Amino acid sequence: MPLSTQSQADADQYILIASLDNARNLSNILKAISLRDHAIFNATQNGLKVTVEDSKCLQANAFIQAEIFQEYIIKEDAVGFQVNLTVLLDCLTIFGGSTVPGVCTALRMCYNGYGYPLTLFLEEGGVVTVCKINTQEPEEPIDFDFCSTNVTNKVILQSESLKEAFSELDMTSEVLQITMSPSHPYFRLSTFGNSGNAHYDYPKDSDMMELFHCTSEASTCKYKMSLLKPSTKALALSCKVSVRTDSRGFLSLQYLVRNDDGQICFVEYYCCPDEEVEEE
Amino acid sequence: MDCVATGGNVKVLAKAIHSLSRIGEELYLESVEDGLALRSVNSSRSAFACFLLSPLFFQKYQAPSDQSFRCKMPIKSIQAVFKSLASLDRSVEKCRIQLDSEKNRLTITLHCKHGLLKTHNLSFQDCESLQAVFDKESCANVLQAQPRLMVDTVLHFPPSLEEVNLSVTSDRVWLRNHVEDDADSLRAMMTELCLSSEEFDHFAVGTQTSVTFCLKELRGLLVFADSSGLPVSMYFDEPGSPVILSVTDSVLEANFVLATLSEDSHPKKNHVNSDTKHPDTEQPPDDFMSDDMDSFLIAMETSELPGPSHVPTSPPPPTNNRKHSFIEDEALAEGPPNKKFCSLFFSSVLPTPSQLPNQTMQSQEVLASDSEDENQTETS
Repeated sequence: MPLSTQSQADADQYILIASLDNARNLSNILKAISLRDHAIFNATQNGLKVTVEDSKCLQANAFIQAEIFQEYIIKEDAVGFQVNLTVLLDCLTIFGGSTVPGVCTALRMCYNGYGYPLTLFLEEGGVVTVCKINTQEPEEPIDFDFCSTNVTNKVILQSESLKEAFSELDMTSEVLQITMSPSHPYFRLSTFGNSGNAHYDYPKDSDMMELFHCTSEASTCKYKMSLLKPSTKALALSCKVSVRTDSRGFLSLQYLVRNDDGQICFVEYYCCPDEEVEEE
Repeated sequence: MDCVATGGNVKVLAKAIHSLSRIGEELYLESVEDGLALRSVNSSRSAFACFLLSPLFFQKYQAPSDQSFRCKMPIKSIQAVFKSLASLDRSVEKCRIQLDSEKNRLTITLHCKHGLLKTHNLSFQDCESLQAVFDKESCANVLQAQPRLMVDTVLHFPPSLEEVNLSVTSDRVWLRNHVEDDADSLRAMMTELCLSSEEFDHFAVGTQTSVTFCLKELRGLLVFADSSGLPVSMYFDEPGSPVILSVTDSVLEANFVLATLSEDSHPKKNHVNSDTKHPDTEQPPDDFMSDDMDSFLIAMETSELPGPSHVPTSPPPPTNNRKHSFIEDEALAEGPPNKKFCSLFFSSVLPTPSQLPNQTMQSQEVLASDSEDENQTETS
C-alpha cells in the first residue's frame, strides 16, 4: 500500500498520525459541523475532537474516537491546531465522491507539531495525493459550561421525525422557538415567519420519542434560526438526537451518527438563547 | 370554516395547490355553494385556474358561517405547508383547515404519523371574488384525452416554449410551436405534431379552427391530471376566445382558462415589434415574455367601466406595475366569452374599434398613470 511506504524516519517526526481506510468516515462527520471556515482540532489519546464556532453563540463539535481509526498514534498528551475546514474537506474529497461500492479513498493524516502543516496522504485506486494544509494557532473553544446538573429538560428523538421538520422550517423566521413542557404540547418547534407561524408538535408518547424528561415547569426558548439551521446537516447524518436545555436556556443538541462501517461517532451543537433586546 | 381532508385527498389538495402555483402568485380561497374554490390568476390576467372541491372531497366539511367568506394569500405560504409532496401520503394522515376569523388566520393542521402534529397559522387578506367568465358548453370544439397523451405530446416542445398553436380539422389535431416574428421563423426550430382523432377519447370539432395559447400555464394542469389519472377535456372556439382545459371527477372539478391569441386582422402579428415596443421593456416579470401577445386575454368579470376604453398612445414606463391594479370585482353575469381584448402592459395592443364589441376593459388602469380613480389598489 503506497501510504505505508513512507520512510520510518518521516514517521518518527510526526506527533500525530491517524489513518482511515475510508476517508468518508472523517469527511462526512466534518461536513456535519462545517458552518464556518475554521476548525479547531484537539487530539488526545481518546481520539479527535473538532470544534467549529459561530459568532461566539454557537459551537459544533465532532468526536471521532481513536477506535474508529485503523491507525492512531499520538505522541503527546494533547495535540491542537487550527485549519481551514473548507480546504480540509476539499482535500479529503479530492478524488470526487465515488459511490462505487468497494472503492474508497484511504487517508493518512500526519502532523509534525506546532508550526508544521497538516499533511494528508490520500489514495484511491493506486493514485496517491499529498496535501499539506497550513495550520494556525488553535483558539480556545468556548466553554458553554453545559453540565448535566443544570439540565432542566431532556428529550431523545429518532432523527427521522425531526429531519422532516427541520427541512421544512420557515426560513423567513428569525428565530426557532423550542418549547418543552410536561403537558401539551410536550415538545414543540415554532417559527414566526412572513406568512404566519408554524408549530411542530411531538407528543411524549410518540413512538419517535425515546426519552422524554421534563421537570415540572415548561421552558420556552428562542434561538436564532441562522445559527441552528446548519445543524440540519448533522441531523441528516444521525439516527438519534438528544435535545437538552438548561436553566439558562442554553441548548445542547447531541447527534448519534453511524459511519459507513456502522461505527458510532458523536456530533454536538451548543447554542445560546436569543435574548430579546429591550430597546424597542 | 372547518374542513378535514384525509388519506389520499391530502395529496390531491397539495397537488392542486402546486398546480395553481404555476399560474399565479396568490391563492384565492372562497367558500361557494358547491364547496371550496381554490383559484389563481396570472398577473396579466391571461390565465386563470380554479379547483372546486365539493364537500364530499372532505371527510368533514363545515362551511364558514359567513357564507361569503373569501380570502387570498401568497401561494408560497400555503405551498410551504405541503412542502414534502413526495412523502405526504406516507406521513400525513389528516389535514384540517380552519378559519379563525377573529385573528384573520387560516389554520392548517397536518396530523402525521407517529403523533407528529404540524400546525400552520397563515395570515390572509380580504379580497374580492375572482372569477373568470367562461362557458364550456358554448364552445364549438371539444376534445377529451387521457392525460398521458397530452403529457407525451407536450414533451416534444422545449420547456422554454411560450406559445403553442392548436389547429383542428374534422379528423386531425395539429400542435405547433408558435413563432412570432417572421424573421425569427427562419432560424427557429419548428415542431409540429399531428394527432388523429382516434387518439382522443372524445373528438367533437364543430368548426375547424386554430388557436394559440400559452403552454407554460397548461403544464400545471397536466401534471395534476397525470398524477390523478383523470382525462383532460379541452374546450375551445375561435381565436380570441379562451381555451378551457378541464379535469373532473365526482368530488373535484378543475378548470384552467387560458387566453388565446386573437385573429389579427393585420397579417403580421408582430406589429408590436421593437419599434413600438416599450424601450426598456426587457423581460417582464410575467408569464408572457413576448409582447407580441397583444391580444391575449381572458374575459374577466370586472366592474363596468364608465367610458369607452381609451387607447394608449405611448408605452408608459410604469406599465409593468399596472398588472397589479386590475380591479377584482364581484362576478358579473356575462354571456359566453366575447372577443375581448385586453391591452396588456406592453401598450402594444390596440384593438381596432371594430374588434371591440362591449368593452369591459381594464385598459384604463393599464395605461394612463393617472386613471386610478376606479382602481382598488390591492393592499399588499
